[in-house]
Amino acid sequence: MKSRHVRALIEADRIHPGQVARHYRERIAAFNSRLNAFITVLDQEPRARPADAGRCLLAGLPIAHKDIFVTRDVRTTCGSRMLGGFVPPYDAGVVERLADQGCVLLGKTNMDEFAMGSSNETSYFGPVRNPWDLERVPGGSSGGSAAAVAAGLIPVATGTDTGGSIRQPAALCGVTGLKPTYGRVSRYGMIAFASSLDQAGILARSAEDAAWVLRAMAGHDPRDSTSVNRPVPDYVAALAQGIRGCRIGVLENCFDTGLNPEVGERIRDALRVMERLGAKLCDIRLPHLALSVPAYYVLAPAECSSNLARYDGVRFGHRAQDAQDLPDLYRRSRSEGFGAEVKRRILIGTYVLSHGYYDAYYLQAQRVRRLIREDFLHALETVDLLAGPTTPTPAFRLGEKTEDPLTMYLNDIYTIGVNLAGLPALSVPAGLVGGLPVGLHLIAGDFNEALMLAAAHAFQGATEWHDLVPPGFEESAS
Amino acid sequence: MKWESVIGLEVHAQLATESKIFSSTPTRYGAEPNTQAGLIDLGYPGVLPVLNQKAVELAVTFGLAIDASIGRRSVFARKNYFYPDLPKGYQISQYDRPIVTGGGLDVLLSDGSVKRIGITRAHLEEDAGKSVHDLFPDSSGIDLNRAGTPLLEIVSEPDLRSAEEAVAYLKCLHTLVRYLEICDGNMQEGSFRCDANVSVRPIGQHDLSTRTEIKNLNSFRFVEQAIAFEIDRQIRVHEDGGIIVQETRLYDANRRETRPLRTKEDAHDYRYFPDPDLLPLVLEERFIEAIASRLPELPRAKRDRFMAVYGLSVYDATVLTQSRALAEYYETGMKGSALDSKIMANWVMGEVLAGLNRDHLEIEAVPVSATDLAGLLARIGDGTLSGKMAKEVFEAMWTGGGTADAVIDAKSLRQLSDTDTLEGVIDTVIAAHPEQWAEYCAGRDKLLGFFVGQVMQATRGQASPKLLNALLQKKRHPES
Repeated sequence: MKSRHVRALIEADRIHPGQVARHYRERIAAFNSRLNAFITVLDQEPRARPADAGRCLLAGLPIAHKDIFVTRDVRTTCGSRMLGGFVPPYDAGVVERLADQGCVLLGKTNMDEFAMGSSNETSYFGPVRNPWDLERVPGGSSGGSAAAVAAGLIPVATGTDTGGSIRQPAALCGVTGLKPTYGRVSRYGMIAFASSLDQAGILARSAEDAAWVLRAMAGHDPRDSTSVNRPVPDYVAALAQGIRGCRIGVLENCFDTGLNPEVGERIRDALRVMERLGAKLCDIRLPHLALSVPAYYVLAPAECSSNLARYDGVRFGHRAQDAQDLPDLYRRSRSEGFGAEVKRRILIGTYVLSHGYYDAYYLQAQRVRRLIREDFLHALETVDLLAGPTTPTPAFRLGEKTEDPLTMYLNDIYTIGVNLAGLPALSVPAGLVGGLPVGLHLIAGDFNEALMLAAAHAFQGATEWHDLVPPGFEESAS
Repeated sequence: MKWESVIGLEVHAQLATESKIFSSTPTRYGAEPNTQAGLIDLGYPGVLPVLNQKAVELAVTFGLAIDASIGRRSVFARKNYFYPDLPKGYQISQYDRPIVTGGGLDVLLSDGSVKRIGITRAHLEEDAGKSVHDLFPDSSGIDLNRAGTPLLEIVSEPDLRSAEEAVAYLKCLHTLVRYLEICDGNMQEGSFRCDANVSVRPIGQHDLSTRTEIKNLNSFRFVEQAIAFEIDRQIRVHEDGGIIVQETRLYDANRRETRPLRTKEDAHDYRYFPDPDLLPLVLEERFIEAIASRLPELPRAKRDRFMAVYGLSVYDATVLTQSRALAEYYETGMKGSALDSKIMANWVMGEVLAGLNRDHLEIEAVPVSATDLAGLLARIGDGTLSGKMAKEVFEAMWTGGGTADAVIDAKSLRQLSDTDTLEGVIDTVIAAHPEQWAEYCAGRDKLLGFFVGQVMQATRGQASPKLLNALLQKKRHPES
């Protein structure tokens, strides 16, 4: 196949129906064992092709869904033993929309358990490996989606982003990762981690591909009360607007200590490209950004402790055998069903919501969250986009940070603030450091995905980082 | 020492919506277990709640009816605890920002006085399912049909001072929610449930003492019994020098006592926090005004109108306006008839309510229509029937005898009110008892009853008592 970009794939499928899906099935069959990017691979598309495929936006486009989106009659595990045998009776809003637009589901991708993790090592189904270096992590929690797209096992995949779970693995695997504005994409059928932060998005090979998919997947869903009812712009058409005159604020906070200097250089290089393309750069500091990680690690666990209460072994999911009584059933089902990171967060969340601690932790964190959003909005009064590195370092080694949760948490230091503010953001490949990809982070104002995608598209028109293929995963290889 | 009891009630009223509060599942009662529980009610992974607007309208209706303040911005919160009949592991409720705050009810007490009972708040929440412990030998069953049913929890101020007052308030509230048609009030089916907070303090003490909470009282009788028992128990404990511990108690109707269920120490920490799946509920003025414009005439306004228009006492007017249907019955009976409003009130409050009570009927199923009752009363007015005969006719009408006139004809119950005929009968009776008549005429008034009885016997009870009395007087003093 000549091009692996969405537009070309849809065209190829129109001429030879089914050929594109067959190609990617073969690639999954050939490469997944090296990566462990998929939890479930589907040999048969669970749905018939839409009758009016000709009018679908993405007819014949193969897709993989992060295993956090429920799929009717297809096992959905959320990366957990708890849901190891869970076969949902319904489709998530995102799954439904993309199927209606002609996407062909090839499988469910691996992820950190309940989306809690930054390295994909918390998955009950084993870690995903980074196609750029199989001894390194792909990032998380949407690590399976990122690795599968990077290795060319799937042209696009869905992901979810609660604190960086799309953008961080996108950066570490060298793909384009888009987190839309909170409320832009339906959360219905997306298994909740932290409801006020979770947002569905896309991992793709380019901003253009992401625009194609976002156009099909965004929009109001009355089944999600936090879904926003406003028109979906034509993100593909808007790509042509370029970035001439676009004001980009460089988040100087992110270049302070903690940033790998070589990563910093790649990002400065990328910003110079932006400048050459006509963008106007200026320095921005967000006074409260440093508080993002602590605020996040109060709010996200608080919500998770409540969201995960339904996994009690009573109605669905893992149930411990031979429980003595009800409390024993709860205790053992949950002890056996959840992994260490999930338990850690449930405990933290339970603690911060407890009587006597609520004000000091939860309420205080909500105040900080408001300040962070105000910081961003204030900055976005003077610039159109904000930019910086997506992660402080390239992909780290498997096992390198698993013993130290705090260091692990700091991996999301640049991305978490965006979730607290509810803003759209994306990561685009911006070069290699030691043979490993580095991501440029772009952040826009509420519902301004179009501008962000246009900027990324212009950047990708002037660079070739997004077209790099990890060694060993070339189209010719198998 | 003299003791005063302090009681506050928490009532859970199931709102009369077609579907559940956060899903489109129907709320029909009595379906097969777990057939009225959709994915959202079951708390399936990935599902999200969407607020039922009808439930909001009904809550606002209640708030307006009790002169409460309607929260322009209320917040749904999660109340977290584990229980098998609570599918999500949390109940969606309202915590620090309820939809209704303040207001009160004017409650008619048994001595005929009216007492204002304050309402602290009323908030929207979802019901849990039911655990069934007697169906399987070794395990409990769970029926989630009720999970997600919309409830309005109505919390009173601790303004109630006795078990009787508590029941009077509860009945008044029960009437109101049915009046407003926001709850069917069916206590057996659990549509209207009550928890009671009870404490006692020495008369004169201002501060409240430690209270206990009695859970899940599902009839007016149990509410009264449970509170009365609990008041006695607490007084005994205090007088024996003991202390009341804050705890939740259950009422055992068979043994007529309350028993501890759990103490404050093992009370849950519910870890309330705003539900991130639901936006704050913001109500616009237009929405509230539209509901206000659709409100029926409220019991209080109706009561005042009944007093003004029909000249009834506060007691009569209050009783007659306790239910919308009863008030309507009264007004239908009065409509277009020249009846005395007080007589109609006495009949409705007397014979009609007594009959309903005796036969366990609701006013909606009353066997004697208001128009037929008016027809009966008209026959008293025109002298056809005596009051006593009218009651007999009413009984016949109640059991399907048709209109008053039909019964009168069928039983030949027409009152003998023709002067000439009655005088003839009287003369015959006097002639048969000349000695008694002479004694009567000489001033032995007691013998009046004797002659009335004799004439009644002779006319098989149909003599008009009024006319008979008048004629006997006339015969005793022919000159006057």
